Amino acid sequence: MSSLDPRIQRAEPRLSQITEVQLEPLDHWPIYEVFVQRTRGGHAQHVGSLHAPDPDLALVLAKEQYARRSQCVALWVVPTEAILWTSAEDEDLFQPATDKSYREPQGYLNTRERLEKYRDRLKPIS
Amino acid sequence: MLENLQTLILTLADDDLFMGHRHAEWIGLGPILEEDIAFASIAQDETGHAQAYYQILTDLGLPSPDEWAFRREPQNFRCAHLVELPNFDYDYAVALLRHFFYDAFEKVRLQALTRSAYEPLALLAKRLQSEEKYHWLHARTWVERLGRSTEEAHRRLLAARDLLWPYAWALFEPLPNEAEMVEAGWIPPSQTLQEEWFALIQPILEPIGLWKEPPSSSELAPCLGARYGQRSPYFDQLYAEFTEVSASEPDADW
Repeated sequence: MSSLDPRIQRAEPRLSQITEVQLEPLDHWPIYEVFVQRTRGGHAQHVGSLHAPDPDLALVLAKEQYARRSQCVALWVVPTEAILWTSAEDEDLFQPATDKSYREPQGYLNTRERLEKYRDRLKPIS
Repeated sequence: MLENLQTLILTLADDDLFMGHRHAEWIGLGPILEEDIAFASIAQDETGHAQAYYQILTDLGLPSPDEWAFRREPQNFRCAHLVELPNFDYDYAVALLRHFFYDAFEKVRLQALTRSAYEPLALLAKRLQSEEKYHWLHARTWVERLGRSTEEAHRRLLAARDLLWPYAWALFEPLPNEAEMVEAGWIPPSQTLQEEWFALIQPILEPIGLWKEPPSSSELAPCLGARYGQRSPYFDQLYAEFTEVSASEPDADW
């Protein structure tokens, strides 16, 4: 399967890639995650998911589901099954065991003041 | 001059008005939620396009869009019979294929209208192209997908093709006084549009086994006359339905 990266693959239907999805009665179509890029060069934001029989139709359907009420310059769709995620049991992965507040934005407050104080200490003794 | 312009604008507007209404009959009945929403949006777009076309006439001092849409004698409508056809037994193959034939037609017609010598029309055509681009993407993606899908999908598409085929070709019946409109640079001849339409859809339908020879003149004959006021047998019921609310309170302010 070639890339699903929308920077590489455009929305023109590419039928050679269509893979037949055989569904049993009451099965549903594959699920795709939808990302909207609101401005050129901006981040693609996850906005939701939808059912579609193939990637081309996922893009077609995503346009009306997720891009009809707000600014959008590009859509991405990704098969949900292509996404890996950490489990809820592993939430502790994100908890620091020691104080790491210096990594947070406030760790950079008053940088100039602190830098100057440090410089003062370095002044050679005349 | 004004009469020709009125014929042309009403042809464009009435096609979109009726197509929008027929598509809208699918609201809540679409095959899946996502498609229901997409198709309803397309219906809404078409109705909006109709309104924008009527407005060109209104701007010339002629009646308002509501009057054109809701208060006109059937013989004064100019829409093609393809867009008047009901959804019959609600087979989505029929809905999709009609949408495919119609939006391929709109694609070539709008493209031509962007170069129209009648400037308000050229400007509007440019504005409508963005939505029509989506309509065409939606239609062709579905038809290509289903055309390569199961045997049942193919069988239903074939039946839909046979039902719609002469109506689709009748979209290109020349307009009244068309030669004068062509001379004025408003539109290209219907024959030219038909060739472009043919070149657009044939390479899509041929590989999925949905192409066949153009209809004979006797197959085509019952679908003609639409641009001259001949209404199909399906017009009256539809028109009665969609004017019901406005007729109940003609002076209402919407």
